[in-house]
Amino acid sequence: MDGAAILERVRARFGPGVVDAHDHRGDHTAIVARDALLSVLVWCRDEPALAFDMLTDLTAVDYLQYPGREDGPRFEVVYHLYSVPHNHRLRVKVRVEEDDAVVPSAVALWPIANWFEREVWDMFGVRFEGHPDPRRLLMYEEFVGHPLRKDYPIDRRQPLIGPGT
Amino acid sequence: MAEPTQREFVLGEGTGGGGQNLLIGLGPSHPAMHGIIRITAELDGETFVRADVEIGYLHRAFEKDCEVGGWNNAIPYTDRLNYVSPLINNFGYCAAVEKLLGIEVTERCKYIRTIMAEISRVCDHLTCVGATAMELGAFTAFLYMIKAREYLWELVEDVTGARLTISYGRVGGVKADLPDGLAGKARHAFKETREVLDEVHRLLTGNRIFVDRMVGVGALTREETIAYAITGPMLRAVGVPYDVRRAQPYDVYDRLEWVIPTQRDGDNYARYLVRMAEMEQSMRIVEQALAMIPGGPINVDSAGRAIDPAAYVDRGKQGKTEGLLLVPITLSPNLEGQQRAELARVNVGDKRVVLPPKANTYGSIEGLMNHFMLIMEGHGIRPPQGEAYVPVEGANGELGFYVVSDGSDRPYRVRCRPPCLPPMAALHRMIEGEMVADLIPTFGSVNMIGGELDR
Repeated sequence: MDGAAILERVRARFGPGVVDAHDHRGDHTAIVARDALLSVLVWCRDEPALAFDMLTDLTAVDYLQYPGREDGPRFEVVYHLYSVPHNHRLRVKVRVEEDDAVVPSAVALWPIANWFEREVWDMFGVRFEGHPDPRRLLMYEEFVGHPLRKDYPIDRRQPLIGPGT
Repeated sequence: MAEPTQREFVLGEGTGGGGQNLLIGLGPSHPAMHGIIRITAELDGETFVRADVEIGYLHRAFEKDCEVGGWNNAIPYTDRLNYVSPLINNFGYCAAVEKLLGIEVTERCKYIRTIMAEISRVCDHLTCVGATAMELGAFTAFLYMIKAREYLWELVEDVTGARLTISYGRVGGVKADLPDGLAGKARHAFKETREVLDEVHRLLTGNRIFVDRMVGVGALTREETIAYAITGPMLRAVGVPYDVRRAQPYDVYDRLEWVIPTQRDGDNYARYLVRMAEMEQSMRIVEQALAMIPGGPINVDSAGRAIDPAAYVDRGKQGKTEGLLLVPITLSPNLEGQQRAELARVNVGDKRVVLPPKANTYGSIEGLMNHFMLIMEGHGIRPPQGEAYVPVEGANGELGFYVVSDGSDRPYRVRCRPPCLPPMAALHRMIEGEMVADLIPTFGSVNMIGGELDR
């Protein structure tokens, strides 16, 4: 199914749950409300005509310094879905505010979300509600802050704390 | 319950009430880990009951570093993602930025990217299979395969000038054209590689020790492989013929004849067979591409106009200085104004993507300014606001770059989707219930590359 038709179906199914959609450079993208996120993802995975059985990637973007979006919701969590049987792709995004940076976890849908969500928590400080193992992935536990946030200075130094100190 | 004897307690031995699971840490620098990870494992005797894989020891802020330099500054960092096949990373990143800019590279460049990416893929598979065999005791196979890789790395060196930190890709093209005589050298290298593959096949494929250690070990089901988003040889080893080169063709893969090797069992042996078969396919691709490669320019500017390669590097800079001594200097045609019309394109304000020919940079103020505008901080390539995701088939699976531009000269966000992160996330599923010694071939077949896993 081509991207426009997929977006059409998602819109028809979820109505106001889909906040916005675009196909910039041919990447079809649905921006969904946080309340609708899990039901959109479940439906995308289980609807036979879509069958997005692979969560290719899950990441986030911090829009703190993006021109024109300084006041909007700070984070976008980005899901890249791929369907092995149908060979089509969809990007699903959800926007979250800084003071309420929580997104429902998709670990129950795709086990790979476990590590991807741990990485997003580690790098951006976006929490995933219902995550079974919410530890950092790449940084060490004693690390303070979330390095991929735009207000985290790249030259900040932190002491390396070994185990047992 | 009876108190366990000391022997039962320490070694986890014994039967009945005295049994107790043993918690051990493997790594971060265990000799069997050819990358730096740590596995905290709960063992029942010699069997993994539970395993927790901990990564991040090679984290060096790749994604954060990309945000502080220009778009082209990220290219050397991408070399260090998968350091066995860095060319594929280069081209993947460049393709993502080109998609943001909305430009398409020239025909010749597409062929060059295909050829170089496939040579890298063979190098990667050779390293992976060779290392796995070595860890199982087959040191000969490792030496043979590294010998074959040496021939291929010589090709890479001929083209890029480096063996590993190649930085050969450029947004809008590649650094330089292919050298003369590459096809002949590739023929020779492939002949040697095929001989090695043939030898390794005879050494390993039916080898009792190798087969015993690989068959049925580290297996994943088809459903679980997909649910863990595992791609590449490991997905093809469970019988899913998914390959980005075929599913969403880029460069010139759709014009060449090749097949996607698959297996059914999803164990380490199946992964080994897939990799062995893929090397032959990659060499087929390179041979066809070398026969079909057209002439013509390799770089385009941001408007998609081709730039003449002959203008790129002048003879003296290539080191071809013989016969140049005492030759009267001829003025560049630029200085006589013959190319003024063309140079109008490269004046300040024209947001070109690729650096101007060096002769222009040194020979005319316009060229110098163009160079300046691309190199100096605050200038450079400026893709329009937006986002793009581009997958390419890395040696370990789908390598994706998700780039976000805010319209400035620096990437707002560069996300690399590393192909070996999903199999590492599923590693505990592959080793639980198996013996400690089975970790070695399984870890080898996952082909963990710390550079891209930890970024």
